[in-house]
Amino acid sequence: MINMNSNKTRQLNKSTRSNLITIGVIVAVYVVCQLMIAMGLMSNLMQGLLVPLCYYSILAVSLNLTVGILGELSLGHAGFMCIGAFASAFFSKSMQNTITNSFIRFFLAILIGAVSAALLGVFIGFVVLRLRGDYLAIVTLAFGEIVKNVINVLYIGFDSKGVHFSIKDSMSLNLEEDGRIIINGAKGIVGAPNDTTFTAAVLLLIITFIVIVNLIHSRSGRAIMAIRDNRIAAESVGIDITKFKILAFAISAAFAGVAGVLYAHNLSNLVATPKSFGYNMSIMILVFVVLGGMGNIRGSMIAAIILTLLPEYLRFMQDYRMLIYAVVLIVMMIFNWNPTCIAWRKKYSLQNIFVALKSKTKRRA
Amino acid sequence: MDMLTVKNLGISFGGLRAVDSFSITIKKGELYGLIGPNGAGKTTVFNLLTGVYKPDTGQIILDGKNITRLNTIEINKAGIARTFQNIRLFKNLSVLDNVKIGLHNDHRYSTASGILRLPSYFRTEKKMNEVAHEILEVLDLDKEANILSANLPYGKQRKLEIARALATNPKLLLLDEPAAGMNPAETDELMETITLIREKYGVTILLIEHDMKLVAGICEKIFVLNFGTQLANGLPEEVLNNPEVIKAYLGE
Repeated sequence: MINMNSNKTRQLNKSTRSNLITIGVIVAVYVVCQLMIAMGLMSNLMQGLLVPLCYYSILAVSLNLTVGILGELSLGHAGFMCIGAFASAFFSKSMQNTITNSFIRFFLAILIGAVSAALLGVFIGFVVLRLRGDYLAIVTLAFGEIVKNVINVLYIGFDSKGVHFSIKDSMSLNLEEDGRIIINGAKGIVGAPNDTTFTAAVLLLIITFIVIVNLIHSRSGRAIMAIRDNRIAAESVGIDITKFKILAFAISAAFAGVAGVLYAHNLSNLVATPKSFGYNMSIMILVFVVLGGMGNIRGSMIAAIILTLLPEYLRFMQDYRMLIYAVVLIVMMIFNWNPTCIAWRKKYSLQNIFVALKSKTKRRA
Repeated sequence: MDMLTVKNLGISFGGLRAVDSFSITIKKGELYGLIGPNGAGKTTVFNLLTGVYKPDTGQIILDGKNITRLNTIEINKAGIARTFQNIRLFKNLSVLDNVKIGLHNDHRYSTASGILRLPSYFRTEKKMNEVAHEILEVLDLDKEANILSANLPYGKQRKLEIARALATNPKLLLLDEPAAGMNPAETDELMETITLIREKYGVTILLIEHDMKLVAGICEKIFVLNFGTQLANGLPEEVLNNPEVIKAYLGE
């Protein structure tokens, strides 16, 4: 919550400029990656990580809205991702033969994933509204687990008679011969179309970034931050706490849902395992946010990328991998908060380099 | 014209009658002081007036409208704004943003137009910036507009609370110990500021204060509260020379 200082003290046009730089860097990285793939310079392992990097970044950025901007600790972010993933994969698989244009189908899937997660976010927002701090953390943690476990016992299938639904097993669906099972309990959704592309993932990451940054720098964003900084004072100037808490929850959930859509359409088998949607996942997203700096949107993305790549690159160390991972976490913490490091980062920030270059070219002219 | 009429206001916390049959009438444009020894219930009165506590008995009428059981947000919209004894700023936001949050309800655009940066966003934000800078100028905070409110010196933080309250365009402004912790020079400046905002914004003011110089200097009427009930009420010279009041403050 302290790390946003540098962002807020600058003027509006300056923050807009730094956001444009961030988007520029994302696009540049995307172009470099595409070139490397085209020239065969990228390993298969790395290529497989490109989409996960995007959805982890989206998850980190969206959770930052709840944790850093609204100031509420949520441990159920993977639950929203799970809903987005299953709702969209359900749609895509059932519509696989109806909508053959994969672009339109994926676009609709994204909307469905976002909306279903957002609706759940509104619902959860209402339920947990009275809770704060530890209590909220516990309830959201439970929520994440409940979502995952409910989906694990869900059986839904289609046949000529319509939709069949069960929470027992696939046999009790009583499908006709022409029927097909869409969600098969603990086996999840098999064979949803792989519509996710790296390009789509990067586009969605940029959209997430723009929406959340624009939200923060608008009237509603200020209201959300006012609630974080001082609830009583916010109420005293007439800010509707309920409304803006739920708004922040819903937008945060919607983008977690989008990340879920990317996740679901990047795999052939979508299963709600503890590893993919359990609390470990929620905690990992939270680590991205804390490490990147609460309220620091760009930091969330950087942390998500570093901490996703790191375990992969440390594979050669085998058993020592997680030990090194922990050490890197600590070093990153220090780099984040140490005043000397902060001063160094400011001095060599991309923005300053751009400004310096500009003044140099001006002088020459 | 009465701006605020309070009749028989009372609240108990457990067995303690914190405020009892509190009645006051404040005329439009008046500057009223609320004083009393520590624990007399002054801040509780403010919390009752702003809906933080719901009164057990009594009635609060603001400018002809009964606001007795409304919540804090509705009361603010009805026209009461306040500052706090222990400063409550939005510390991680700039001075300008603090004031702009005060403008939240009077200057609106939807969340969607904020996210999509529609014309209404730019129009309203521009207007908000102008209004906020105007208020900051009156309180002599315009030079600090872009610094973090937590980094303001103490006296200016108190002023910023007033600026934020003013931004909600109130009819009645409640100031809870605005001069607490200020040095004499700052207090003098604050007295000028309070007089100035009253003239400029035509706002009615009720203030809690322990600094008798300030109270005697600018308040037109004074209400003395002791153990939650009225001890004296009237013109400053009468009230401050009242033997009962002196006894409550200084003892026998």
